[in-house]
Amino acid sequence: MKWYILKRLLMLIPVLLGTSIIAFSLINLAPGDPARTMAGEHASQRTINAIREKYGLDKPLYIQYGIWLNRALHGDMGRSIVSNEYVTKEIFDRFPNTFELTFFAMILAIAIGTMAGIISASKQYSALDYTFMGIALFGVSMPVFWLGIMLMMIFGVYLRWLPIGGRINILIPFHRITGFYLLDSIITGNFAALISTLRYLILPSTALATIPMATIARVSRSSMLEVLRQDFIRTERAKGLSERVVIYKHAVRNAMIPVITVIGLNFGLLLAGAILTETVFSWPGIGRYVVNAVRMRDYPAVQGCVLFFALVFVIVNLVTDIIYVYIDPRIHYK
Amino acid sequence: MERKRETKTGELIRRFKYNKSAVFGLVIVLVLVLCAILANYIAPNNPTPSPPELFNSLKPGFWSEDGIKGMPLGTDALGRCVLSRILYGARVSLSAGFVAVGIAMLLGITFGVMAGYYGGGMDAVIMRIVDIMFAFPALLLAIVIVTVIGQGLSKAMVAIGIVYAPQMARIIRSSVLYIKEMEYIEVQKAIGSSNWRVIFRHVLPNSIAPVIVYGTLMLATAILDCAALGFLGLGAQPPTPEWGAMLSKSYNYIVSGAWWAATFPGIAILFSVLGLNLLGDGLRDILDPRLKT
Repeated sequence: MKWYILKRLLMLIPVLLGTSIIAFSLINLAPGDPARTMAGEHASQRTINAIREKYGLDKPLYIQYGIWLNRALHGDMGRSIVSNEYVTKEIFDRFPNTFELTFFAMILAIAIGTMAGIISASKQYSALDYTFMGIALFGVSMPVFWLGIMLMMIFGVYLRWLPIGGRINILIPFHRITGFYLLDSIITGNFAALISTLRYLILPSTALATIPMATIARVSRSSMLEVLRQDFIRTERAKGLSERVVIYKHAVRNAMIPVITVIGLNFGLLLAGAILTETVFSWPGIGRYVVNAVRMRDYPAVQGCVLFFALVFVIVNLVTDIIYVYIDPRIHYK
Repeated sequence: MERKRETKTGELIRRFKYNKSAVFGLVIVLVLVLCAILANYIAPNNPTPSPPELFNSLKPGFWSEDGIKGMPLGTDALGRCVLSRILYGARVSLSAGFVAVGIAMLLGITFGVMAGYYGGGMDAVIMRIVDIMFAFPALLLAIVIVTVIGQGLSKAMVAIGIVYAPQMARIIRSSVLYIKEMEYIEVQKAIGSSNWRVIFRHVLPNSIAPVIVYGTLMLATAILDCAALGFLGLGAQPPTPEWGAMLSKSYNYIVSGAWWAATFPGIAILFSVLGLNLLGDGLRDILDPRLKT
């Protein structure tokens, strides 16, 4: 087990190096002089020269890459062309917001998705089963940005139950400590802020949760159906155990293994979905940041986000693999 | 020989007919294709009138008493007929999806066959590159490529094609690995057939099932991602009637009550993706039961 984890960690190194090469080459593949690109459109010749000097842009490419990677490893991704702030700082300022959004979406997706799947499977071919699976079918085909717009329109514009965009009501005094709005409002005992941040969180996280929720529901249903057909379930029913115990205590445990893989796989979709959801709901996270950076041709910011997303994605995949080995004792890794 | 093949096709068609959701998916896809082909005959109006008819801006359609005549789904902010734009948009979105998947297949099949058939160092290098590309969420990688090659519909297609290629390469590779070990391939090699001949005459035709199945499912996500890029303003540029781009301009007006311009293009995306997903799932069940999850 230890060796397996170690091996998986070592396998990450070439992948992360590869992603760093992709991020690095962005600036060199883009049309025009990299120094000018990094300095921005309206920079003076002096600034451009200074940047060329600082990042060694007059040296051969592999040395440039070495310099760049060394800086990146020390957390220096350069400064944003738009704001002139350090890219790393901008990313870490926004990360808590993206984390809160994706975390709540995932919780929502797992809770409702698995429940719907389990109920559907235990009442196969019932009206409930057809309803859930019909909804799930639409869910997997849903353009997440459009769903966001529809939710915003129904609950924000017409019913006026929830705010249509942003992170918190700006009129509420708020003291920032960790950057996580929910956590900060709990720490400071700021009840008004807590309610406000939750209200702003509901629509975007629902929109973002839909696709993974639908996928999880479908996979847990088919996985449950498979388990329910097995001999040990028949034995348990024959023993006279109640249906509730058979399903929730024995079948579910065995059925959840493929579901965990799907949850891990869906994380990538969730990050991609966050890019769109954050744009729809003006959510101040990394997704909206990277879209704006691309629009403004803010290359250092794009590079930073690319590396950050890849890192998060790779770590999540690793964790999924490890959990997978942990919960399924039938799998042995050398 | 010919007779036998026909009965096999006949059997596949019979199995397809029994799969109700696949037939439903096919119907949706056929309707879309018809809309795309016949857009200039069935669209009631010009999708991109120039100069824009601003006096018609954001007029409701048939559901309202003040609905504008001749534009059943109302107009967008520039006074353009939403229905006509959606019909022409079918042309844009479907062809974008097909081109993107075509690029992905070309790249994926080439590299997948190379990796699977030749194995060894070539396999290792290609699969490491595939691993690296899998370290990005697809949409992010597409955005990155668009950053480098520039914005616009044709560039978005290329970006999505490149992003989907690794998936195709993996599928082809595993299929080739399986077929390569078959006895008839060994026979071919023994009688001295060239590698090219073995690949094109025997390996590729036998990997066609997963290509069709995953190609169809990929078409669904390609249309979705193309619309997403359009929505972010990185794909199709105005005035192109593309579904995603139509949404990105229209959703600012929902606050003023103009819900139609932001609603109908999304329904078009939803149904085309749904149709292709149903069709793809159905084809998978019929063509390759092994792939069923």
